Amino acid sequence: MGGERTLRIWRGDASGGQFVSYRTPVEEGMVVLDAILRIQAEQANDLAVRWNCKAGKCGSCSMEIEGRPRLACMTRLNLYPPEAAITVQPLKAFPVIKDLVTDVSWNYEQNRRIPPFQPGARDPDGQYRMAQCDVDRVQEFRKCIECFLCQDVCHILRDRERKDAFVGPRFMVRLASLEMHPLDVADRLPLIKEAFGVGLCNITRCCTEVCPEHIQITDNAIIPLKERVVDRYYDPIQRLLGWLRGRRGGTARKLPMSQGPASAPA
Amino acid sequence: MDVSEIQTFEHDVLVIGAGGAGLRAAIEAKAQGMDTAVVCKSLLGKAHTVMAEGGMAAALGNADRRDNWKIHFRDTMRGGKFLNQWRMAELHAKLAPARVRELEEWGAVFDRTPDGLIAQRNFGGHRYPRLAHVGDRTGLEMIRTLQDYAVHQGITFHMECTALGLLKDGERIAGACGYWRETGRLVVFRTKAVILATGGAGKAWRVTSNSWEYTGDGFAMAYEAGAELMDMEFTQFHPTGMVWPPSVRGTLVTEGVRGEGGVLLNSRGERFMFRYIPERFAAETAATIEEAERWPDDPQARRPPELLTRDVVARAIRAEVKEGRGSPHGGVFLDIASRRPADYIRRKLPSMYHQFKELAEVDITRQPMEVGPTLHYFMGGVRVDPDTQMSNVPGLFACGECAAGLHGANRLGGNSLSDLLVFGALAGSGAAAYVRGLAATPKPEPGQIEAIFRQATSYLNRESGENPYLLHEELQDLMQSLVGIVRTGEELAQAIERLQELKQRARNVKAHGSSQYNPGWHQAISLQSLVTSAEIVACAALAREESRGAHTRLDFEGEREEWGKVNLVVRRGADGRPQIARVERPRPPRYLEEIAHATIEDLEAGRVGADAPDEV
Ligand SMILES: Cc1cc2nc3c(=O)[nH]c(=O)nc-3n(C[C@H](O)[C@H](O)[C@H](O)COP(=O)(O)OP(=O)(O)OC[C@H]3O[C@@H](n4cnc5c(N)ncnc54)[C@H](O)[C@@H]3O)c2cc1C
Ligand code: SF4
Ligand code: SF4
Ligand code: FES
Repeated sequence: MGGERTLRIWRGDASGGQFVSYRTPVEEGMVVLDAILRIQAEQANDLAVRWNCKAGKCGSCSMEIEGRPRLACMTRLNLYPPEAAITVQPLKAFPVIKDLVTDVSWNYEQNRRIPPFQPGARDPDGQYRMAQCDVDRVQEFRKCIECFLCQDVCHILRDRERKDAFVGPRFMVRLASLEMHPLDVADRLPLIKEAFGVGLCNITRCCTEVCPEHIQITDNAIIPLKERVVDRYYDPIQRLLGWLRGRRGGTARKLPMSQGPASAPA
Repeated sequence: MDVSEIQTFEHDVLVIGAGGAGLRAAIEAKAQGMDTAVVCKSLLGKAHTVMAEGGMAAALGNADRRDNWKIHFRDTMRGGKFLNQWRMAELHAKLAPARVRELEEWGAVFDRTPDGLIAQRNFGGHRYPRLAHVGDRTGLEMIRTLQDYAVHQGITFHMECTALGLLKDGERIAGACGYWRETGRLVVFRTKAVILATGGAGKAWRVTSNSWEYTGDGFAMAYEAGAELMDMEFTQFHPTGMVWPPSVRGTLVTEGVRGEGGVLLNSRGERFMFRYIPERFAAETAATIEEAERWPDDPQARRPPELLTRDVVARAIRAEVKEGRGSPHGGVFLDIASRRPADYIRRKLPSMYHQFKELAEVDITRQPMEVGPTLHYFMGGVRVDPDTQMSNVPGLFACGECAAGLHGANRLGGNSLSDLLVFGALAGSGAAAYVRGLAATPKPEPGQIEAIFRQATSYLNRESGENPYLLHEELQDLMQSLVGIVRTGEELAQAIERLQELKQRARNVKAHGSSQYNPGWHQAISLQSLVTSAEIVACAALAREESRGAHTRLDFEGEREEWGKVNLVVRRGADGRPQIARVERPRPPRYLEEIAHATIEDLEAGRVGADAPDEV
């Protein structure tokens, strides 16, 4: 590659802002984040941007590049035609703090609302046993790097502003990872149905498309959760069985939720 | 400045850093009844720990029943060239299995063995497959598990809040000062104890696997507060970083690639590592390709030399490149494509596959990777008591990468993640015990808060000055060329001299713009700790006149017996310059010494170490 490129970067804060164009020298193999950091070092020292790993592992460098939510550290410049300027702006679904940095604290609040992992008893020899094939699905969900690109693209949060009613695809993934964890015994279905709003998702699959970890958010996490809700609350036979059995149907090994045990000192 | 108007928090324990070490420390302090807060520079879950790939070492004995703490302990001491703190290596080997199982109890989902237990993989310097892992994203599993557990324990988290300096009441710790990155507003923490878990200072080098966070803030804060640092000359160069394209030079390629069967080749296609087997490891390393190929299925065969310790492999790669047998972009080849099926590679090393595909347009299931050494890890750090993790400053604790002692002259891969858990927990309980024993709440002496804030805001307030980013790059080039993987006294002396000048210039950089989320200002502030850390490394490296582990002196080749008896301890002198003392190493209990020096046969047959206690 070599030569120069132009980036149009949104500069501003909560009170407003505009796009500013910067021309910067580039080398072969550079990604959008490299160009931004070069501009920051040489032309705009106070340009605000988040990053850490520069290898798609931490989920810090989320932004919208040419209108699409992406990780800037995994987006090569040569993805775009060489003459055209590349437009870069902050995530839209969250309030901007400054330049490319947004306030994503809402996501951390949602995570806190989710009842934590609650393990069942260990085997008599003190071990937990799980077969690899039983944890494959959960491991897919646990690949999530919390980049919140899926949250940004989901129209329920982005356009309809229903942050009050839906925790968003990221936390559906988190909920699925707990609900499908072979050792977990807590019951989160009532919350998934009501407070976390799984019913609001209308399966557009936009979240799955942008996930840099290629998690099948809609098909593997959200739809199975929807099915579990349907089975529990709307399937007449399940409901009858549940009523006969006491509080609920499904696997009977789940216990009431409480906080995890405090760790023992070493 | 009116200090009473500055936002102030009061807690029993303040943990600085939210990587694996900081989170584990906070969980422990809180579990022991302490009002605990955590501050970190990034968002929660983004610390370095999230990047760790290969796994965490613990002698669970799931993958090979012969493994136990004694063998892990022996491996750690040998890997550290016998400069590790004996007691820390013992505690680590004994406690790591329980800490890993505890993660499972908090929701971690490790890869499994066929009978459903935690799977373990081979890694350099570990006798048996020992690393609990999740593909090649073990750090993500660890940090997410700790984070999701910790947020339900009633710990206070302050994200994107940078600590600037420690406060003292006489000799004791009385809290810390910091600022919010978002607004630039200043904040004071009045606490009875502080636990540093800030990680290393790899950003002082040009080619590094480390992120912007690794600017040695913890080292500098401890040093300024009068704490001792130790083993600072030992900076680990990981043998396999990416070398191409230029913008990702230094990004890590996990040792897991070699653990899963990958081999190193030079431009002639030779497996050159067979030519670099050190005497200490010859008895346990395969002598021929033919023998290495039979391992691990044939119990008679010894381990391939690609799995030697990192210092050895990094120097070998450097030598091959220097002698003209390197790859096109100045590294060597790491080949797994011709050795494992494509779907196996994609399953066991998914993020490596992804990383090379996206960033270098290389398909590692079909082509070899190009790799070369990258600055990766600080073995040195704050000198602490092995059982409580307290420094020589009462109330100041340290754990994780920013503490010294476990790894000696060289760290084994996978021993860091387990270090974070074991010593994070000990630091948490150490701090809790200290706070319980305090008679009165310490009060920061007047003037300290003002001085720290005046310094931090000076970069913003002054009229003009140098660009902090460009000065940082100058520092990186200096360290890369003069304090690199091989060192000489002459170059080190030169580095120290140039660092004096750089230190002056760093004091006078200018941050343009306002205090609102201003990376230029953040850079100006962290540059100070980075230069301090660089100076300490260079001075310690000049003082150690031998080659041992990660520290190689061309003018003093080989290990020297007299240097094996001492650790170098650094303190801030009255003139602000590092003062270096040789400190005699404590004598270990007889059983530890015997285990460390035993042959593997004697140890496994129980001829040595049978009387060693299994409890800590
Ligand atoms: C790419 C990569 C791969 C690795 N793979 C492995 C592996 O497979 N196995 C292994 O054992 N080890 C591995 N390591 C090493 C290991 O990951 C690190 O040594 C370890 O994670 C350090 O953890 P920590 O808790 O000490 O610090 P970190 O996780 O780095 O956390 C440091 C924390 O301190 C905070 N901080 C720093 N300064 C300040 C300040 N001034 N104010 C407030 N907060 C501050 C940061 O924000 C951060 O939260 C790897 C390292 C890298 C870079
Ligand atoms: S599939 Fe559901 S969660 Fe995903 S973007 Fe569409 S509406 Fe949102
Ligand atoms: S599910 Fe995918 S897109 Fe959403 S936060 Fe996680 S990694 Fe990002
Ligand atoms: S910087 Fe970590 S994902 Fe981009």
